[in-house]
Amino acid sequence: MSIGRNAPGDHRTGAMGRTLYDKVWDDHTVKGYPDGSCLLYIDRHLVQEVSSPQAFAGLRQAGRKVRRSAANIAVADHAIATGGARRLAPDGLAALQLRRLEDNARDFAVPYIPVSDPRHGIVHVIGPELGFTLPGVTLVCGDSHTCTHGAFGALAFGIGASECEHVLATQTLRQSRQKRMRVRLEGVMPDGVAIKDVSLALISRIGTGGGTGHAIEYAGSAIPALPMEARMTLCNMSVEAGSRVGMVAPDERTFAYLEGRRMAPRGVLWERALDHWRGLPSDPDAVFDRDVAIDLGKLAPYVTWGTNPSEAVPVNGRIPDPASETDAGRRGRLARSLDYMALEPGMRVEDIGIDRVFIGSCTNSRIDDLRAAARVAAGRKVSARVRAMVVPGSAAVRMQAEAEGLDRIFRDAGFDWREAGCSMCVAMNEDRLAPGQRCASTSNRNFEGRQGVGGRTHLMSPAMAAAAAIAGHLADVRSFLS
Amino acid sequence: MTPFGRVKSVAAPLPESDIDTDVIFPARFLLLLDKAGLGKHLFNERRYDRAGKPRPDFILNQPPFETARILVAGQRFGSGSSREQAVWALADFGFACVIAPSFGEIFYTNCFKNGVLAIRMDETSHRALLQASQAGDIVTVDLERQRVSWTSGAVSFDIDAYRRRALLEGLDEIAQTLSDDSGAIDDFEARWSSRAPWVQIEGQHAAPDGGKDTP
Repeated sequence: MSIGRNAPGDHRTGAMGRTLYDKVWDDHTVKGYPDGSCLLYIDRHLVQEVSSPQAFAGLRQAGRKVRRSAANIAVADHAIATGGARRLAPDGLAALQLRRLEDNARDFAVPYIPVSDPRHGIVHVIGPELGFTLPGVTLVCGDSHTCTHGAFGALAFGIGASECEHVLATQTLRQSRQKRMRVRLEGVMPDGVAIKDVSLALISRIGTGGGTGHAIEYAGSAIPALPMEARMTLCNMSVEAGSRVGMVAPDERTFAYLEGRRMAPRGVLWERALDHWRGLPSDPDAVFDRDVAIDLGKLAPYVTWGTNPSEAVPVNGRIPDPASETDAGRRGRLARSLDYMALEPGMRVEDIGIDRVFIGSCTNSRIDDLRAAARVAAGRKVSARVRAMVVPGSAAVRMQAEAEGLDRIFRDAGFDWREAGCSMCVAMNEDRLAPGQRCASTSNRNFEGRQGVGGRTHLMSPAMAAAAAIAGHLADVRSFLS
Repeated sequence: MTPFGRVKSVAAPLPESDIDTDVIFPARFLLLLDKAGLGKHLFNERRYDRAGKPRPDFILNQPPFETARILVAGQRFGSGSSREQAVWALADFGFACVIAPSFGEIFYTNCFKNGVLAIRMDETSHRALLQASQAGDIVTVDLERQRVSWTSGAVSFDIDAYRRRALLEGLDEIAQTLSDDSGAIDDFEARWSSRAPWVQIEGQHAAPDGGKDTP
């Protein structure tokens, strides 16, 4: 991988080419302020149960309305159960949160998708499925993984509840333009290496703050062949590198995915949209403030061993030793991670035994992800020491997987086949780790307690998680594919 | 929002890097619906043992830091989830100011929406401030003069002029946008919907017919 810093250009003069990010930004600038910040128009807002109650409460308190109800979709994904009686009849605090979302959607005329609806799913999975997510739009959600939608060439970023309230009331946000960073993916991924491995390799090299202050654009010769699912995974993980924005320029693959979807434009509007979208890719002479290149051909499957996503190594590697770290701060951080994760310096990654497997989340719960995991699970059995679950990202993914017989493959292998939701990515529903349990997970964060108090998370690709489920320990999926 | 005054207090040192918002405010408490009263869950797993008893080794359980109004944190403080509950919990606990070499971006923005001043400080000054905090120095944060001072040192800090004003005046940003910019937003919407009519979804969402249902 090479990293270069380019001379920063003034992107506002119009004298040089513009990036994809700048084009969408410029299209949405309502006005500029003297300090260089802008009032940015927001086309789309996904509303979920965790970050919206306080925003609606604020509107009520001030007697304000939602400016443009139809620009929103409300859906519950974080707190819901992924099976059992409590899925449709939740109790306790989760029931109150769900009811609050329903009440707010009704009172403010925001379109709401119930848990029982065939369109239901994780916000970042259903936005694209519905054609709510489109190239060249601005899209926000009170969730950091909103960068997922950048896979379509949308300018999409996560915001807090106060900003949600601002968007609901005004359809705008005051924002400052980010610097631009280009991550070029070159070459072809070897069999067994997935786009998740590219993200983990990138973050392990540039760090969890490597993208801070920058909007990332993923480019390079590997992009055209990447399915939309892979592009979504790639953009989704941008925030784990510190960047709120990760984008891929829209191309024919993007358009083919979107054409005919419920909320995508049709007829003459579709043609006009295509004209506009074809002008969005970064100009050849556009300048990026920072350039990073990754040779995909040289990558191995990655797993995280620590408590942030940059603490990752190839699966055939070893756990690092704090003693060989010269910087005292980094040494302390490393030791703390190893202590929380109950790992010994120098041990082989493949010797790490696991208790649970989670295949799902807004990062890796789409149909291609399930196909990759099923390919490994087919004809094999989940280790007796492991409890493994597959949680499709949406009702549509679940139906498609069942139509392809993937559910059968998973069930026969001993995986639990669940219904859509954030599930064990975030410990605020029934799916969570018990203290001390170790999980091979396709989610996005291995933070302390993220999957449950005292739980230990190893992030990896869906195929790698399936391999771990079968082996009972972290395992190199490449040995399962021969 | 209450206007931000000068803050003078002991500063709690928490130098560990990468304290993410899941550590600041664990996910299971996100089921709570209100902003108020979240301070008791701040740093929950670090602050309390499994039985709910305060861990004596955690800085906020040690006098004089349990009354600190300034937090001196490590690199990338508040990275991860966008949950604003992390800021509501810090503010409810009593923190008015967080100082770190770098922050998670969404967390940083969220601070200013809740009257909490987040200061990015260069690592040399940060190290000195950390030492002073550990010694129990009284630290003064003066937003008006953009200055942090303690017994043996002082340093200026940069802050976006708009955010500074918003804090000092306790600005209601929504009210300001509505009063100052409603006309500009109307004009933009008219322009944008004629230029990019496919973006408008009024009426389309309810259409139950057609549309492919493949994921």
